[in-house]
Amino acid sequence: MKIPSSTWSLLSVAVIAYAAVALERAADRQDQTDRITITYWEKWTGSEANEMRKIVDWYNQSQSKVRVKFLSTANVDNKTRLAASGGSPPDIAGLWEHNVSSFADANALVDLTPFATADGIKQSQYIDNYWQMFSYGGKLCALPTTPSSTSMHYNRKFMPATMQSPETAPKTLEELDALVDKISLKKKDGSIQLAGFLPGEPGWWSWGWGYLFGGKLYDEKTQKLTMNCPENIAALTWVKSYTDRFGQRETQSFQSSFGNFSSPQAAFFSNKVASVIQGVWLANYIHDFAREMDWYAAPIPHPASRPDLAGTNFLGCDVMIIPKGSKHPKEAWDFIKFVQRQDVMETICAAHGKNSPLTQVSDQFFQKHMNKEIRLFDRLAREKNAVRVAKIGMFPQIQTEFNNAVQVVNLGEKTPKEALNEAQARMEPLVEKYLRYMGLKQ
Amino acid sequence: MKSPRTHFRKVESINGYLFALPYIFGFLALTAYPVLYSFYLSFTNYSVLKSPQWVGIENYRELFTDDVFHTAIKNTFIYMLTAVPLGTVMAILLALLLNTKVRGMAFYRTLFFIPSLVPLIATAMLWMWVFNGEYGLLNDGLRRIGVTAPNWMGDPAWAKWTLVIMAVWGTGNAMVIYLAGLQDIPQNLYEAADLDGASPWKKTKAVTLPMLSPVIMFNGIMGMIGGLQQFALPYVMFPGGAPARSTLFVSMYLFDNAFNNQRMGFASAIGWVMFIITLILTLTALKVSDKFVVYDRS
Repeated sequence: MKIPSSTWSLLSVAVIAYAAVALERAADRQDQTDRITITYWEKWTGSEANEMRKIVDWYNQSQSKVRVKFLSTANVDNKTRLAASGGSPPDIAGLWEHNVSSFADANALVDLTPFATADGIKQSQYIDNYWQMFSYGGKLCALPTTPSSTSMHYNRKFMPATMQSPETAPKTLEELDALVDKISLKKKDGSIQLAGFLPGEPGWWSWGWGYLFGGKLYDEKTQKLTMNCPENIAALTWVKSYTDRFGQRETQSFQSSFGNFSSPQAAFFSNKVASVIQGVWLANYIHDFAREMDWYAAPIPHPASRPDLAGTNFLGCDVMIIPKGSKHPKEAWDFIKFVQRQDVMETICAAHGKNSPLTQVSDQFFQKHMNKEIRLFDRLAREKNAVRVAKIGMFPQIQTEFNNAVQVVNLGEKTPKEALNEAQARMEPLVEKYLRYMGLKQ
Repeated sequence: MKSPRTHFRKVESINGYLFALPYIFGFLALTAYPVLYSFYLSFTNYSVLKSPQWVGIENYRELFTDDVFHTAIKNTFIYMLTAVPLGTVMAILLALLLNTKVRGMAFYRTLFFIPSLVPLIATAMLWMWVFNGEYGLLNDGLRRIGVTAPNWMGDPAWAKWTLVIMAVWGTGNAMVIYLAGLQDIPQNLYEAADLDGASPWKKTKAVTLPMLSPVIMFNGIMGMIGGLQQFALPYVMFPGGAPARSTLFVSMYLFDNAFNNQRMGFASAIGWVMFIITLILTLTALKVSDKFVVYDRS
């Protein structure tokens, strides 16, 4: 009897499906059936994910009760949010620091305080600026994986003889402006050949220009939006001065020629800008894409009239949380606790080219770190003026609105005051609405 | 006693429903329910992680006073009202050209259809280089002929037009439909026109376009709906609707509110307002079409 081809197709599908299920079960059995398996979603892909996978393997081999299943997940914050809403979140989610408030506002996190208290994990073990990112409303909501701080990076070959070292780098914004005027180059047709510095490159901290002048976007104590405060207006006036200095059209055209950040065509690597504000990770990329570059790092300059603002820089931190609805919070905590061990933390931070979030850092970490300026980044992370995201779940929306104001000002469509007044007027009712919805304000 | 015929019909209906059941279930669970639920959500504050909170018509009130939404609507309509007519004209012209009897026509047809096969993200990446202000192919060409080249993607005055140009470039799908429509026009109408001594332009005006009008109508409505839903290309090429929200389209604003700002209720309200606008435009187009669409082919 001839068997129809459709039957063969169905049989093939059934066999493949059965084999897949059987293999998965066999893998689980192989990993000892009495182990509890927990799921860990992490934002990283590529080499960063591979380094974290090594930490997971280390943990899995270090004990026999829990098996962590690591899953590299793009768009992890939204996926965790939707999975938590559907009642099936991962046991651990690797998020960004700005996600902590939005999850905490919605009471969607497991409070880590009792676990930390029982296991002796204390605030004093962490650099305070980072600890402020993990704690919210008196609760410990997250703990770190890898943090970051930021500084100016200078390409030494463009620096004048008097500014060849971190000690002689510009201390004030006025000195930076003078340096830019001195070393920037234009071609015969008026287009830019080299910019000493451009606020828009890479432009990742555009929302933070006001902080360099002593401003802020949101006051946590008064729960008030402060987008149009005088310091922020002064900051945008300074940013606009760069567009005016190089010409709006020329700046736009010049910026459009910049390649991707993680490529040899990035503006800093391809000798188009002589200095950039960048994070501790930049050394990795210099190593990959511009190995010959002779560079050094120094703190971001402050306004000459505000020496009290020295050390201002932007902090970030990748964090781990346990979403509410996690089936194994105790086991999830056990893994998070493992990552907080100094040796484990230093391994993952060094592998990612980051500084450590812990107050205690070994000499070995500094000596073996791939970033020659790692001690500077460690110091910047501890600065009292270091900037972290404000503790309100909708802070990313406030940042976006500020970034839009920066664009509008740079295009010459509005003055800094007009643009920020508009941004303030637009966001104020939204902040009020958010605070009421979250039950944070009556 | 039931007749065998009635019994057979009953069994046949049951079988029919059984076979249709997966679709009916899928439609109810995955389409009807989410659509109706989004209508409910549009009257609430809802952040996904927290339960919806009833706010009445607040989201709709906010929409009508929201300058950013108005900007997004304006951008969307400018795009739709330029990209759709230009794309239609281009597609008809190409279809007319490719409907002639020339050697190697299959090759030319494939050539013009290929752009519509390129995945959207690849299209975006490709055109980002073409429109690059400093090194772009387009500006290089313009400079060679002495034209001052604009910064296409960085200048609010030009950014939207890059998307219109790309829409016209990817008009292959519509072109194929027009081509099929052209080949469906009865030859005897052209023969009659020839006997009357009609010029090529007269034949196009009196025969081709009227006979093609139902296809133009269909493509026009589909293009309009597609234009109102424009999302992937601007989202990839102009994050956040940059520069200065000049490329912010309604679908992007909806997505940002739903998934970046966690304002599902507000995003649902945007969705429903757009649905009503699309419905009104479609019904108006259908009504107006009575005057110029020729359905009678006899």
